[in-house]
Amino acid sequence: MEWTGLLFYLVGFLIAGGIYAILCLALNIQWGMGGLFNAGIAGFFAVGAYASAIVTTQASEKHLGGFGLPIPVGLVVAAVVAGLTGWAVAKICVRLKSDYLAMASIGIAEILRLVIVNESWITNGSLGIANIPRPFDGLVQGRAADFVFLAVVWAVVAMVYWMSARLHDSPWGRTLRAIRDNEHAARAAGKDVDWFRLQTFVIGAAIMGVAGGLSAHYFKFLSPSATEPLLVTFLVWVMLMAGGSGNNRGAIAGGLGIWAIWSLTEIFTNRLPPELATRSSYVRMLLIGLLLQVVLQKFRSGLIPEKSPPVRFDGNSP
Amino acid sequence: MSALLKVRGLTAGYGGVPVIEAIELEVAENSVTVIIGPNGAGKSTLLKSIFALTQITAGTIMLGERNITGLATSELVPIGIAAVPQSRNVFPSLTVSENLDIGTYAAAPKDRDRTQEKILALFPDLVPKLGQAAGELSGGQRQMVAIGRALMSEPKLLLLDEPTAGLSPAYLEKIFDLVLDIRKSGVTILMVEQNAKQALRIADAGHVLVGGRNFISGTGAELLANDNVRRSFLGATA
Amino acid sequence: MIDFINLYLVPALTLGSIYALGAVGISMIFGILRFAHFAHGDVMSIGAYGVLTAVWFIPIHPLLLMPFGGALAVFSALAADRWFYRPLRKLPTIYTVIASFGVALILRSLMQILWGADNQVYVRGVTMPVVLFDTFRISALHAEAIVLTLIIAVALHFFLTRSRTGRAMRAVADDPELAAVAGLDTEKVIRWTWVIGASLAAVAGVFAGMDTDVHPNLGWNLLLPMFAATILGGIGKPMGAMAGGIIIGLAEELSTYNWIGEASLISPSYKTAVGFIIMVVLLIFRPQGLFKGRLL
Repeated sequence: MEWTGLLFYLVGFLIAGGIYAILCLALNIQWGMGGLFNAGIAGFFAVGAYASAIVTTQASEKHLGGFGLPIPVGLVVAAVVAGLTGWAVAKICVRLKSDYLAMASIGIAEILRLVIVNESWITNGSLGIANIPRPFDGLVQGRAADFVFLAVVWAVVAMVYWMSARLHDSPWGRTLRAIRDNEHAARAAGKDVDWFRLQTFVIGAAIMGVAGGLSAHYFKFLSPSATEPLLVTFLVWVMLMAGGSGNNRGAIAGGLGIWAIWSLTEIFTNRLPPELATRSSYVRMLLIGLLLQVVLQKFRSGLIPEKSPPVRFDGNSP
Repeated sequence: MSALLKVRGLTAGYGGVPVIEAIELEVAENSVTVIIGPNGAGKSTLLKSIFALTQITAGTIMLGERNITGLATSELVPIGIAAVPQSRNVFPSLTVSENLDIGTYAAAPKDRDRTQEKILALFPDLVPKLGQAAGELSGGQRQMVAIGRALMSEPKLLLLDEPTAGLSPAYLEKIFDLVLDIRKSGVTILMVEQNAKQALRIADAGHVLVGGRNFISGTGAELLANDNVRRSFLGATA
Repeated sequence: MIDFINLYLVPALTLGSIYALGAVGISMIFGILRFAHFAHGDVMSIGAYGVLTAVWFIPIHPLLLMPFGGALAVFSALAADRWFYRPLRKLPTIYTVIASFGVALILRSLMQILWGADNQVYVRGVTMPVVLFDTFRISALHAEAIVLTLIIAVALHFFLTRSRTGRAMRAVADDPELAAVAGLDTEKVIRWTWVIGASLAAVAGVFAGMDTDVHPNLGWNLLLPMFAATILGGIGKPMGAMAGGIIIGLAEELSTYNWIGEASLISPSYKTAVGFIIMVVLLIFRPQGLFKGRLL
């Protein structure tokens, strides 16, 4: 009884942790590899969530739907929609300094939130979309389905990690790091810096959309509050900085590590009386904010610092 | 003449890599001292070190009896050193008059208005441009504003980093005449120059730097007559 | 016409004034410290809460208690600079941007802890509008905001052009290395930047709080239009930022006017998107803004 409770708690923790790991891997591509500051993670997450939800749910008068497509299609649509949004943002800002991208990405996240809340014919506004399907809906139900979902999430984590590692070790990845470290030299060497940056941002945004889609299918319900910008955007940044930016393993480690701290402290604060409980959640935010500052000043390379992949000269180049 | 500035065993550079090593240099009071040498010899780095814009890893810099190694850049103006960097040496969105004024903030001259009069007498071309933004002026005019700003603090030592760089031949002559005028008013001048021949002609003392180290030193006339120097540095320049 | 002025133009100018006061600080920080200050909105909010707390103890008109809000805002800004921004000064400025993101969260959490997350008001009840010439009905708040902003704009202009510190600030914004070479005390200039930026932010915060309610997200919600105003005015041009703020405020409020026919031009729920759209257009066509500010 005690143990099954703990087990299912762990499953839930690992599912959320996996989704955060995906977000961290995506942000790592944008920031760690590309040096791009995305302050609008929540926006891409949200747009992907809604895209997948709309495409996979049954017809309803409350929102756009009725396509009833399978979940993998939903996730692909999520990636495409989020990627396109990312493309739009990056195209505007890519030749300008990173501060502009920060402002524009916050802006797009806000605009998307406005659209989600106001265009209720698409999204059912603040009331949200319900009955979002789970993968393998017909085969498993109830608690067992959570296990299945856990496997799905971590399969996606593995795929994203694999893809990210391939990108990192490839000539494309090396060029990207060269651009990140010394833009002028890269430009002088003839690299189309803007095009590389654009690709990086789009790929990261698309993956964030997939994370959003997974989240929608997990909770089976989606509303604007689920994409509360502070929690998603900020937490992911702290996770990546703490885990090690520029580094895929660090991204996953940071994701799970910070999520563990967040969830464990949530257990404590939930046991407090209600008046204290809300205040203590703010205390948690405060501490996470302070943690970010500490990491920025002292541990910039994070738990697992970046290591350059070996360049092979044996004729079989990667 | 006593030495106003003494540099002993100076090693300095950026990011841990030394650009100049074991430099020995003395600048006599009220002299025009010139530093010449090939590109990359570290001439500008030497000047920037005196002005605390580089990492000094060894050696000392003395101004008179005072050890000034390790002082911050902004602490040097109040003790009588003013510098004119090679490029980006004016505040572009400030007017000429405001640029000159900035020169008095760290070290106020005894009589500010008289000082400005004297400087405008040196640079009459600037008088009609006092209200204009410095960024709109020509290269030569900007150079005048930059030197003017440095002179507003009535420095003992004026550091000039390639004052003739990028200027038209007409301004070249003006700058060298100007240097002599400034010397006449009692200021000591240490300058880095690419136009070695012309610079040595007005120099009391010259130092040739090669590969980040002292190569040869002497009076201006001595260096001009030196075969080695003539062959290596005076052939290709003006 | 009268309706237009009463119901649209005046509120637009008020909103614009709030944006202007906030954007000035952001522009100055951009110009002198070279980074986008994401915590500026929360500095505004803290100013608003400072005055709110003062009103609880001394129940007079909030504007008279402005110094309390200003002091709290300035203290927060200086503390953030000392503890979180200064240690990162030598690094690429994007790290300071990230730190400011964190400071925004820290300030917001502090406000939620100390004052709670609910909406609060300075004065209970409805205040009667001021009636001018028997036709214009303007709320006292709007009049105060517009007039005070005008006064601040004039004062700021004189400060920047006539005073030593103002000129030193403009010099550092132009070229920090040359400023050091010229002997200017850069750290002092930075302190003044925070003092002025935070003080103006506090004023903006109080007006915003008086116009709507005081709540922890007060300033954060206004950050986007203020960034747009800064870019519009030209980065590093404080007077440009003020103009930019007024323009964005006008654009936002007037976009809901029924210029064509019966319905408003843009649905009121998308009002805040107007600033963003303007920002996007600027970034594409003219990132240096109206007054040719610095391109970062």
